Amino acid sequence: MEIVYVYVKKRSEFGKQCNFSDRQAELNINIPPNPELAEQFVERNPVDTGIQCSTSMSEHEVNTERFEMETRGINHVEGGWPKDVNPLELEQTIRFRKKVEKDENYINAITQLGSIMEHCIKQNNAIDIYQEYFDDEDAVEVTDEAPSAKTINVLRDPQVIKRSATHLSWHPDGNRKLAVAYSCLNFQRAPEGMSHESYIWDLENPNKPEIVLKPSSPLVTLEYNPKDSHVLLGGCYNGQLACWDTRKGSLVAELSTVEFSHRDPVYGSIWLQSKTGTECFSASTDGQVMWWDIRKMSEPTEVVILDIARKEQLENALGAISLEFESTLPTKFMVGTEQGIVISCNRKAKTSAEKIVCTFSGHHGPIYALQRNPFYPKNFLTVGDWTARIWSEDSRESSIMWTKYHMAYLTDGAWSPVRPAVFFTTRMDGTLDIWDFVFKQCDPALSLKVCDEALFCLRVQDNGCFIACGSQLGTTTLLEVSNGLCTLQKNEKNTASLIFERETRREKILEARHREMRLKEKGKAEGRDDSLREEEPTFHLEELVTKAEEEFFNIIYSELKKKETEAMKKTKPKQPGLEADEEVEGEDLGEEEGDGAQAPT
Amino acid sequence: RRGWRGGEGLSLPCPRGRPSPAGPGAVAKAEVEETLKRIQSHKGVMGTMVVNAEGIPIRTTLDNSTTVQYAGLLHQLTMKAKSTVRDIDPQNDLTFLRIRSKKHEIMVAPDKEYLLIVIQNPCE
Repeated sequence: MEIVYVYVKKRSEFGKQCNFSDRQAELNINIPPNPELAEQFVERNPVDTGIQCSTSMSEHEVNTERFEMETRGINHVEGGWPKDVNPLELEQTIRFRKKVEKDENYINAITQLGSIMEHCIKQNNAIDIYQEYFDDEDAVEVTDEAPSAKTINVLRDPQVIKRSATHLSWHPDGNRKLAVAYSCLNFQRAPEGMSHESYIWDLENPNKPEIVLKPSSPLVTLEYNPKDSHVLLGGCYNGQLACWDTRKGSLVAELSTVEFSHRDPVYGSIWLQSKTGTECFSASTDGQVMWWDIRKMSEPTEVVILDIARKEQLENALGAISLEFESTLPTKFMVGTEQGIVISCNRKAKTSAEKIVCTFSGHHGPIYALQRNPFYPKNFLTVGDWTARIWSEDSRESSIMWTKYHMAYLTDGAWSPVRPAVFFTTRMDGTLDIWDFVFKQCDPALSLKVCDEALFCLRVQDNGCFIACGSQLGTTTLLEVSNGLCTLQKNEKNTASLIFERETRREKILEARHREMRLKEKGKAEGRDDSLREEEPTFHLEELVTKAEEEFFNIIYSELKKKETEAMKKTKPKQPGLEADEEVEGEDLGEEEGDGAQAPT
Repeated sequence: RRGWRGGEGLSLPCPRGRPSPAGPGAVAKAEVEETLKRIQSHKGVMGTMVVNAEGIPIRTTLDNSTTVQYAGLLHQLTMKAKSTVRDIDPQNDLTFLRIRSKKHEIMVAPDKEYLLIVIQNPCE
């Protein structure tokens, strides 16, 4: 049904201005309801409807910008004194006090409070309410919890151009501060405008470094002086050594002269135990180890060249990548080289040639970390290429224990200072591994992905609980390990020492066997014709290679020939014409294969 | 108590029939002295302080800066503790506050106008 409303307007009135007026409502159409439609429905009584009478709300998330806070001190002046009393005037304050003391209220109050107080004091003296009655019970600490570690804090490099964190050092007392050295270790690829600064962070304030250290060249290593916590030693990228006193400010206090410093970045710098607390030594990939006294940095006090042929030739010297010094063995030190060899040296040797005692080789690449076990200094850990190895000083041919070959390069490692069987390693894929070899030997006890970029350095705090790892983008992550990994398990020292001894013995037995075998071979060789045997060592490598090649091709050729003859025998009854073709083909194939040196299938 | 300010330096000849200048006021004052001395002499007590409602230390056995620090901090804490107790039960009131820390125990006895603070080391 169409509802139409028609209104009429004269043509002459088109376009005229509209005049509006009010009028009453007019009913145009009235459509009454059709009762027949109602029969299609059934009445529903009662009806359940849910109603809610409440304010409608919506949920939104807001992320505010990080709020920068700064802690400042306020200087209080004594207040509360009435206006007429000047708190600085002793006389006035005494007078005021005397006045108060004569007040009746005061006297009443004090007598009353005094008696209450005395009661409590006597109570305290009578019995210690916090006395431990069951002291011996807490020795049962069987922590069955799985080893875990959690990130506590992340310190980011505030610079825009990110550098890698190459070295970390904890503050010697209190462990509330962390010194981080930042530099770019990619050869000549340091971006323009990269800052040379390194920072000391206070863990209470992770947003802003506490102290800024400004060297002339980026720092590769940075160490706190264990005797004087204000002094820091830094090894620079350009080979110089710099010394800071945090009380004096952020500029270098002492700097070694360029002429007598290293020629390559200083990769290892350690403070020595000395009465003055001012001696240190450094090592670099230029093959030298230098000893310094920070009071006089113009020249090193001693230089040792890492030439394992003991001829002191700088050209043959091995570049040092890591340095190790244990204060309980003050005359010995060890150097880990780029060539994968650990050199053990004695500082007190008379001649410079005797300084180098022995070498341990076993790594395929530079040894990035080298540390003696704090409980058993005869055993030391080296980290390099894709494995971490544990060595014993007695076994020089090979390491006594080693991890499997990982997928990523290992960059740093350290022993736990509280547990002899636990050590930590970091990898290029950003993983931190915690190894516990009394618990599991083939895999790390815990493997954590700390960040997406490579981790370059690692430092464990003296209590064994906190670990700091520095990454390629300058982010230092602080982790706390679970209790089980930082408390000494019962019998652990014994177990660890037994493991070390057992492995050392095994290696010794293998070494002895190898030696025997070599002697036997030598014996055999001497038994035969001497002249012939003498020629063999003079064979040049190329001759051997050509000989091997010839033999190889001969074998292939003869095999092919054999196959051809077999094939010929099979196809002989069919078509004699094809024989010739096949022969030719076979020969072609033979020549082809001979040139291509492919293995016969 | 007659409110005689007996010890104010007046050396009047005492007329007959009147109480002597060394009256009950002085006795009470001596009592206060004795109480405080006794408290200080107990085993383990490191310091005693009396602080008034404005935080001004009236009597103290420690040095000024420490006293001022304790006075300020403990005053606020006591007020807070008092208001907490009162909030929970308006009929209740704070009688004593004891703060036990690793190194020592701080005991605060509050009054309407004054605070008596004692620091004790419960030595074992």
